[in-house]
Amino acid sequence: MDPGVLAQYAFNGLMLGVIYAMVAVGFTLFFGVLDVIQFAHGDVVMAGAFVALATYLALHGLGVAVPGLVVIVVACAAALAMALLGALIARYLVLPLRAAPAFNTLLITLMLGSILRELVRLFYPNGSNPQPFPRLLPTASVNLGNFTLRLDTTILLVVGLATIFVVNLVVRRTRLGLAIRAVAQDSETARVMGIDFQRIVLVTFAIGSALAGIAGVVYGLYYNEVNFDIGLLLGVIGFSAAVVGGLGSIYGAIIGGFLFAALQTIGSVALPVSSAYNNVFAFAVVIILMTWKPTGLIAEPTSERV
Amino acid sequence: MRVPLEADVRAPARASDLPVAALGIAAVAAWLWAFLVTDRVAILGALLAVAAIAFVLAQRSAVAKRYGLALARRPRMGVAFAAIGVLAVAAALHDQPYPLLMLCTVMLFVVACIGLDIQTGYCGIVNFAGAAFFGTGAYTAAVLAKQGVPHLFGIVCGAIVAALVGSLLILPVLRTRGYYAALVTIAFGILFSTFLEVNNALGGPQGLKLPGIDLFGWRFNRDVDIGGASASFYVNYVVLALALALGAYVFSRRVDRSWIGLTFDAVRLDETAAAAFGIGIARAKIIAFTLGNFLCGLAGAVYAMMQGFIAPNNFTFGESLILVSILILGGIGNPLGIVPAALIIIVVPQKLQFIQEYRFLLYGILVVLILLFRPEGLLPRPVRRYFPAPR
Repeated sequence: MDPGVLAQYAFNGLMLGVIYAMVAVGFTLFFGVLDVIQFAHGDVVMAGAFVALATYLALHGLGVAVPGLVVIVVACAAALAMALLGALIARYLVLPLRAAPAFNTLLITLMLGSILRELVRLFYPNGSNPQPFPRLLPTASVNLGNFTLRLDTTILLVVGLATIFVVNLVVRRTRLGLAIRAVAQDSETARVMGIDFQRIVLVTFAIGSALAGIAGVVYGLYYNEVNFDIGLLLGVIGFSAAVVGGLGSIYGAIIGGFLFAALQTIGSVALPVSSAYNNVFAFAVVIILMTWKPTGLIAEPTSERV
Repeated sequence: MRVPLEADVRAPARASDLPVAALGIAAVAAWLWAFLVTDRVAILGALLAVAAIAFVLAQRSAVAKRYGLALARRPRMGVAFAAIGVLAVAAALHDQPYPLLMLCTVMLFVVACIGLDIQTGYCGIVNFAGAAFFGTGAYTAAVLAKQGVPHLFGIVCGAIVAALVGSLLILPVLRTRGYYAALVTIAFGILFSTFLEVNNALGGPQGLKLPGIDLFGWRFNRDVDIGGASASFYVNYVVLALALALGAYVFSRRVDRSWIGLTFDAVRLDETAAAAFGIGIARAKIIAFTLGNFLCGLAGAVYAMMQGFIAPNNFTFGESLILVSILILGGIGNPLGIVPAALIIIVVPQKLQFIQEYRFLLYGILVVLILLFRPEGLLPRPVRRYFPAPR
């Protein structure tokens, strides 16, 4: 195959990987502090994209047209709105069910995902159809043979990686991060040490969900289209990526995200069947990977107190 | 070694059980008739309010306990009376196809949900791909009916194929637990509907058409004539669906009361402890998962032939969530609770066309509220009884 086309595929895969990694980091953070899976996380990404879209339309209506400013305001709006949503989810849906069986938490977040999807489908104007997402970034491009390096996707790639890097920095290097890691390691002891457990949980959910909001903006800017049901796929793949990398580890989530993007890209290039089967392939890979390594490639050592 | 179970040491029936149960069934049947036949929002609301008040009063007073005991003492009587009640309602509705269709749909969903209950409620295997197994049964029946295979055989094959497709997932389900197992079934549920959408051999998004059931010359899609009175052909389906629903109910109760049921309980409550007592976890999970998928496929096959038309969006992940909603609303682990839950979840949106569009949203909110405020559901699973019911 032509090296230019190959490079194009690799670059697209990388882009997909960044989005998956951003989603997976959220899953891993939540699992770290509360040992729960927030199954609506993919739909939070979708909601973030729609908040960004609505903000853009509002700015457009007000006549604000400074390109750089618009994209920053839009991304901030999505991140803040999703941070708030994440904290609310933690406060009113996840924390109250801490004593209940894990099945209940699973179900309540799954149903929340369904609620978010339906809210967008029913109440966003014409929400049941894919919505065009504006191109807010400069679209200059360089051609290297068959490989087109576009400025906007490069910016998205860098911004995506930078946000993950910042979140990692917060978790590893700040006092807040220390508290998050303490709660993740042993919430009882952390509480004894004077850490406000509920506050840390809410903040963690806010951080993870803000990341999801930005992921939604990146998704929208990359595909130039958002639909109400993208969250289902993103959630399942993000969770699988987090699991494959080992739940609770941020680096694992990043590796898992890129691994999944690589598998999907290879699948779409190498498989003889039509590209319509892309998602079928992705979900089959999820099932097979989960069977092969039920607790991730970097398996966590498990022991159980009976 | 045999320890007497509830079935073996059942208390002798009391003479008053019979009239008491007859009264209860008559009241429920009358309510069901009104519920199915009304198309006025006010009446529907009033009926639901009456049911809610009666439910609360029965729970507060001794009535619910009285019925529970009567049912425990004479389980066969309960089944027989339920059959009489449904047939009476069907007879009263004999010339109204639409309410009859809803009655059938509810009973078939009850069968599928009992299947899921065996998996989730008894054995603790979460299955978020219920609609996929339902759909496997439906599509198998459709393809076989097209080939001219006898319909009874096609329906049974639908159930068996659903169980076989389920066996593809047995390894992942056995190797994973909790959230991870949920992920596997979610991925499978989405994979299934996506596959149907893109696969042209199975009709793609347009779906497939099916003929009505023909059992040894008994044509289900022909109107019934009994002694000059004619009835809608859906009465045939009511009889079949009723037989399946009661069969599934009795079957699930028998499984629950057997040693297999005890094993399921142990596996659900604590896998590690169960394994330490020598219980084969894998075996229990395989049995529960296969039985559940079999029932889902069976319900799906009959549902497809009754509808005469199936398409991928009957079997999406959202539909799987509806099946789980019925389970949660009814009270997980109690097959009896599925009946009122299925009635509410299936019939109410059909009656109120203006909420039809919002039903996924409303179910989502409903389940969230139940999980927050009454996680045990409408009819919580009763504690297993090993000793005679008190007199």
